[in-house]
Amino acid sequence: MKAYDIVVIGGGPAGLAAAVSARKSGVKDILVLERDKELGGILNQCIHNGFGLHTFKEELTGPEYAYRFMEQLYEEKIPYKLNTMVMDISKDKIVTAMNREDGVFQIKAKAIILAMGCRERPKGALNIPGYRPAGIYSAGTAQRLVNIEGYMPGKEIVILGSGDIGLIMARRMTLEGAKVKVVAELMPYSGGLKRNIVQCLDDFNIPLKLSHTVVDIEGKERVEAVTIAKVDKTGKPIKGTEERYTCDTLLLSCGLIPENELSRNAGVEMNLVTNGPKVNESLETNIEGIFACGNVLHVHDLVDYVSEEAKKAGESAAKYVKDEQVESDESKTIEIVATDGVRYTVPSTLNVDRMEDMLTVRFRVGAVYKGKYVSVYLDGERIMHNKKKIMAPGEMEQVILIKNKLKEQDNLKTITVKIEEN
Amino acid sequence: MEKRELTCIGCPMGCQITVELDGKEVKSVQGNSCAIGDKYARNEVVNPERTVTSTVVVLKGDKTRVSVKTKNNIPKSKIFDCMKEIDAVRIEAPVKIGDVIIENVCNTGVDVVATRNIELCEATK
Repeated sequence: MKAYDIVVIGGGPAGLAAAVSARKSGVKDILVLERDKELGGILNQCIHNGFGLHTFKEELTGPEYAYRFMEQLYEEKIPYKLNTMVMDISKDKIVTAMNREDGVFQIKAKAIILAMGCRERPKGALNIPGYRPAGIYSAGTAQRLVNIEGYMPGKEIVILGSGDIGLIMARRMTLEGAKVKVVAELMPYSGGLKRNIVQCLDDFNIPLKLSHTVVDIEGKERVEAVTIAKVDKTGKPIKGTEERYTCDTLLLSCGLIPENELSRNAGVEMNLVTNGPKVNESLETNIEGIFACGNVLHVHDLVDYVSEEAKKAGESAAKYVKDEQVESDESKTIEIVATDGVRYTVPSTLNVDRMEDMLTVRFRVGAVYKGKYVSVYLDGERIMHNKKKIMAPGEMEQVILIKNKLKEQDNLKTITVKIEEN
Repeated sequence: MEKRELTCIGCPMGCQITVELDGKEVKSVQGNSCAIGDKYARNEVVNPERTVTSTVVVLKGDKTRVSVKTKNNIPKSKIFDCMKEIDAVRIEAPVKIGDVIIENVCNTGVDVVATRNIELCEATK
């Protein structure tokens, strides 16, 4: 069986950045496995601009951002296999994969970096009433059709869900001559970035209806009309508020789900809120030597943060392979508790001895908060209390923990991150 | 004095900005957290601009379309004219990131450039 120091599963932004950073941390023997026929992942179809402001201090399109990392991979001469589907990862880090050239093959890895990204929540998971004609697409599928294949999915569009991909596609379809009639969002707030509401909807006078959902789809062969209605606080449609839109296409932008079939099979413990692996300060899962980063770990708002996180996963995996990692010690594990409006944190545990001087803890909030505080407690003591103008579920937040501060606290058991009124 | 409320699109933070206007003259900008926001707000109230991204048909390439962008912002009012010019173009592979696809699109002084590499298709090599 072929052996590698590090096998990276996925050649999107997370996998690329993780592989490059592991190499820069001194690991020679790295292999990237990618399911698609090219590297770059979903960025290839995200042709809009706005990527890379943090990483490169300039605004890039998705393909350009991906290429910056692909170039680094080529420069470092890191081997990769395209058109290669990973079938299984075992607890002892044997990767089973297949492609046309090699058939089914197995690789023994010292460390594995999970970077498989996420999938869109499909129609079947949404329980929309009405017929099931042609013309219903997830927003990402439509994006691929328009931007990569060069096909228009329809002419008159209704969009359910205001995630970023839905907003971006509202603009994209409009630019290509379609009429986007309305974007309906179940929640009382948008799931997308504010800038996208301005430049994708407002710029083109596309109405965004918050607290609305689809209650009927008409058409037997092809979508003919979609009816939306206002929902009450429990999400139930309110009778008498129905509005019918004639259209030929319904796009769904209703959330993303980390793609963790492989991780689960390997016995990786999951976080029920993120649907991604539970990780510690080194982005290591409960299985020693298996690390995770990017959207497979938790869905990110910006690719810049994916790259940053992946870099760290690469460094951690390199430390593990080179045997430089501080021994893990259960008794020194500190829980990071997310509560009072903070839905989750990544990482969810840490060991002070193993952390760098500073540790970025990322999280999302469960509702829109205006003028509230993000607080961090070490056991009972509050060490951070930052006022935020606005926090919304569509955007990631972060706090930075300082190693020296944590060290000062004797017998620290829990770190709590929460939202406070004042 | 006119007051305009804007959401900055300079970065994903999306700051809420208030601009005080006297006719076409900007009197004050408030609520931005950086210089990008100030610049955006002053521009947005008198001459709003956007970057346009789309795709162009590629002949003889290993892919059928290449993604493109306007190298800088163009006036918002010219977005659809710009799209018309982009849609009319056909180019031949190979294409490199940064290659100029359309010069001075719609007389804006801004070029449309490629944002990905397209190799020659195997069959035509």
